[in-house]
Amino acid sequence: MPPREGTYGLLAEFRTPGDLVRAARQAHEDGWRRLDCYTPYPLEEAAEAMHVPRNKVPLITLIGGLLGGAAMYALETWISVLAFPINVAGRPTYSWPAFLVPAYEWTILWAGLSAGFGMLALNGLPTLYHPLFNSPNFRSGATTDKFFLCLEALDPKFDLVESKAYLERLEPVSVVEVEY
Amino acid sequence: MATSKVNIHDRVDPATGEYRVIAPGESFLSVTEKVTRIVLTPHTPLGWFGFFAVAGAGATMLMVALTWLFLKGVGIWAITQPVAWGFAIINFVWWIGIGHAGTLISAILLLFKQGWRNSISRFAEAMTIFAVICAAMFPVIHVGRPWLGYWLLPLPFTMDVWPQFRSPLMWDTFAVSTYATISVVFWYIGMIPDLGTLRDRAQSKIAQYFYGIISVGWRGSVRHWMSYETSCLLLAGLATPLVLSVHTVISFDFAVAVLPGWHTTIFPPYFVAGAIYSGFAMVLSLAIPLRKFYHLEALVTERHIDNCGKIMLVTGFIVGYGYGMEAFMAWYSADHWEAFTFWNRAFGPMGWSYWLLLTLNLFIPLTTLWVRKWRTNIAFMFVMSIIVNTGMWFERFVIIVTSLTRDFLPSAWGTYRGTKWDYMTLFGSLAFFVFMFLLFVRFLPMIPMNEVRLLLPSSKVRAKTGPEVVE
Repeated sequence: MPPREGTYGLLAEFRTPGDLVRAARQAHEDGWRRLDCYTPYPLEEAAEAMHVPRNKVPLITLIGGLLGGAAMYALETWISVLAFPINVAGRPTYSWPAFLVPAYEWTILWAGLSAGFGMLALNGLPTLYHPLFNSPNFRSGATTDKFFLCLEALDPKFDLVESKAYLERLEPVSVVEVEY
Repeated sequence: MATSKVNIHDRVDPATGEYRVIAPGESFLSVTEKVTRIVLTPHTPLGWFGFFAVAGAGATMLMVALTWLFLKGVGIWAITQPVAWGFAIINFVWWIGIGHAGTLISAILLLFKQGWRNSISRFAEAMTIFAVICAAMFPVIHVGRPWLGYWLLPLPFTMDVWPQFRSPLMWDTFAVSTYATISVVFWYIGMIPDLGTLRDRAQSKIAQYFYGIISVGWRGSVRHWMSYETSCLLLAGLATPLVLSVHTVISFDFAVAVLPGWHTTIFPPYFVAGAIYSGFAMVLSLAIPLRKFYHLEALVTERHIDNCGKIMLVTGFIVGYGYGMEAFMAWYSADHWEAFTFWNRAFGPMGWSYWLLLTLNLFIPLTTLWVRKWRTNIAFMFVMSIIVNTGMWFERFVIIVTSLTRDFLPSAWGTYRGTKWDYMTLFGSLAFFVFMFLLFVRFLPMIPMNEVRLLLPSSKVRAKTGPEVVE
């Protein structure tokens, strides 16, 4: 559990995506690990600059899809063979080609639900409150046209005065301190 | 009418060297403002209320038709023997087909990296969801006792009765319910960042709370964006085989039957192509008034209309191939019943509907959509979209009604003519669709701002920084 009072971090605002990516790359090279970028659209270069690891969404999707398909196939087999067998002109009760269609649909259904909600869970969402929302420039621009780099106080290198001076050298538009 | 003359030199963006899909001179802020002001304005346009009142009246008519249906039973419709499948199934297949274009735009064109789709994907997907809602209504109301509609699901009842999984109608249940669920998830996940933008720009307390909650606290962290991107790509990759399977399964409802005119292997691809054909027509029917009414010509440009026209041209030809193959197989199969069904379709008592369908679906669109000047003529394309949608409705009418009216035994032949309740349900469902769409454009961002930002030259990471780069 992170501390719930004091400083969350220092938030530097940049005007262009290029400025942000250069700053993030510099910060990562200088050993910063507890940092994050905030952009109004997906900026892959920023993720590369921060060396964001590969995410687990594909794995969750695969597991969800396999479970969904297997569950439906098993349900169909149980219903048609054991629970309620219907003899249609002597055709086999275990009609696997017909069972494939609903099993296929359920593979997609549960894979899709896992991809969507798995992504939200991995991102820790919903989180309606976040300390960054306390910063007025973040509220007015992070989802519109401004680019932010945040150095978080949890990083061992963090020092309120030195880190602020460090961020200033990256030529941001502004640097503000964000409280919890 | 053409809103602006497209100059060939304006087509390529000098900054990126790529084809422009949105008008020059837009910035992050201008795109955001254009989209958010529609939703966040305290002054709802009077025209919106006008359309809303008309659509609401139509939706009320649907309620009346359904109430009477539930009181009296399906006998109020024209269905009887031999046409036991009537308007309800025609409308079901037509509506679900319309939905398919939305998924094609949002999923398949995303996988093919077609950047132009970005500005129309959101409302195309909303169109999908509302079309699927309209479609899903029909199977439930046509079963006769809709309060037992849950029997379609494999639920443990006290009677110990379970569904028959070898029936295509059962497959339909799973195909359509999965399609509806995945479309909603894809649509909502895609909307979360834009809901964050609305939350940040909302002035009123109610709007801040509303968008604050439904945006689940999105803050644009790059770590979040990366899983988000993966998730969207995966959902697109899942929606692509799904959308192809849904209309395939629906065509199985017909193709698996032994009825001449239904029992055809061409049905799955022909149904899917027809679905996309009518869906793109519906995208145009919605996009053209919307861009005019909300002044979005800079974001939904003539190039979008042009591209939709091209896709309609291609899918129209696939549909034409389907018609041709039906005629060919009627002759080549040397099957007496098949040949008669085809003859009856074209020259029987309901032959007018077949020729109407050919005129609306093939003769008019496939001769005119070749011409770029007409494809970029907004009024022409709007009329064309209505023509194709009408034609596609008649396609389903022809397949279902002409095949059923005259099957194997002449003593069992009959005819079919929709009653006023049939028409009230059809037009009521159209009004209900418009009703929901109007609510969507008023309260949710109809253009995905985060994706449109990617199309702007200023979104690219450049080597040199300086005041001249500011856009």
